[in-house]
Amino acid sequence: MAFASFAELIAMDGHGGFVWSAWGISAAVLIALVLLPLRRHRRLLAEAGQRAGQQS
Amino acid sequence: MANWTWFHKWGSPPTFYRFSGLCLPWLGGLAAALLLVGGVWALAFVPPDFKQGNSFRVMYIHVPAAAVAMAGYMLMATAGAINLIWRMKLADMVVQCAAPIGAALTFLALVTGSIWGKPTWGAWWVWDARVVSVLVMFFLYIGVIALYNAFDNKDAAGRACSVLALVGAVNVPIIYYSVEWWYSLHQPASISFTKESSIHPTMLRPLLVMILGYYLFYATVLFLNLRAEIIARESGTRWVRELVGAR
Repeated sequence: MAFASFAELIAMDGHGGFVWSAWGISAAVLIALVLLPLRRHRRLLAEAGQRAGQQS
Repeated sequence: MANWTWFHKWGSPPTFYRFSGLCLPWLGGLAAALLLVGGVWALAFVPPDFKQGNSFRVMYIHVPAAAVAMAGYMLMATAGAINLIWRMKLADMVVQCAAPIGAALTFLALVTGSIWGKPTWGAWWVWDARVVSVLVMFFLYIGVIALYNAFDNKDAAGRACSVLALVGAVNVPIIYYSVEWWYSLHQPASISFTKESSIHPTMLRPLLVMILGYYLFYATVLFLNLRAEIIARESGTRWVRELVGAR
């Protein structure tokens, strides 16, 4: 560890606000990039399933 | 004559759908593991920089986002060229799917760069050659998305987007060499393949883990988007009916 305590890891000698906000925004965007196509895929498969059910 | 059947086979949406379904768990799992390991390493274990202190830990998400955003643009432009020359369905889909992912990663590169700039340069934003050329790439990505939505005829939309993607590719080398061609606040590349990198190995190793993680993450998200796009465009075909019927 480069830090003596958890509080020091959060504070990062006063740079904590910059570092953690940059990492937080990145994590949020990356998670959204995974969830959005997964949701669309699931919805499209369900719609195609309904349509196939109506035709048969 | 070379045998091109593999090329057509890979370009066929049902083949790609099956293939991507097989490799997604491995790709996604490896990407998540690398980002997790690289993240903990970069945030908690790398020693602080002697000039920048702890603010340099932003680098570990800034550099990979910027690098993959640029590589993603080249991928989109290549797919655009393939779409224009061979009218390949999958290449057209790659252009459409790569644009929002690239826009999101370019956004992250700009935002994290801005956050890093405040403690190191003293400003959230500077009109610097590197920063502005990346902003242009962001607008090019947004332009491809907007152009596609502006057409009712999706074949014409796809070709117009391919042309825009190709033309915009001149910007990528401009981004890359901007720190050498103009006086810039932005530091030049620290990683070199031809000579020794100017970044110390203890700081470089987690960066390489993060960059590899971002590349695999990009492939994962591109595959997820392509699979959804394939179902959207092929929903009336027999193989999709069989697929949803088989579930």
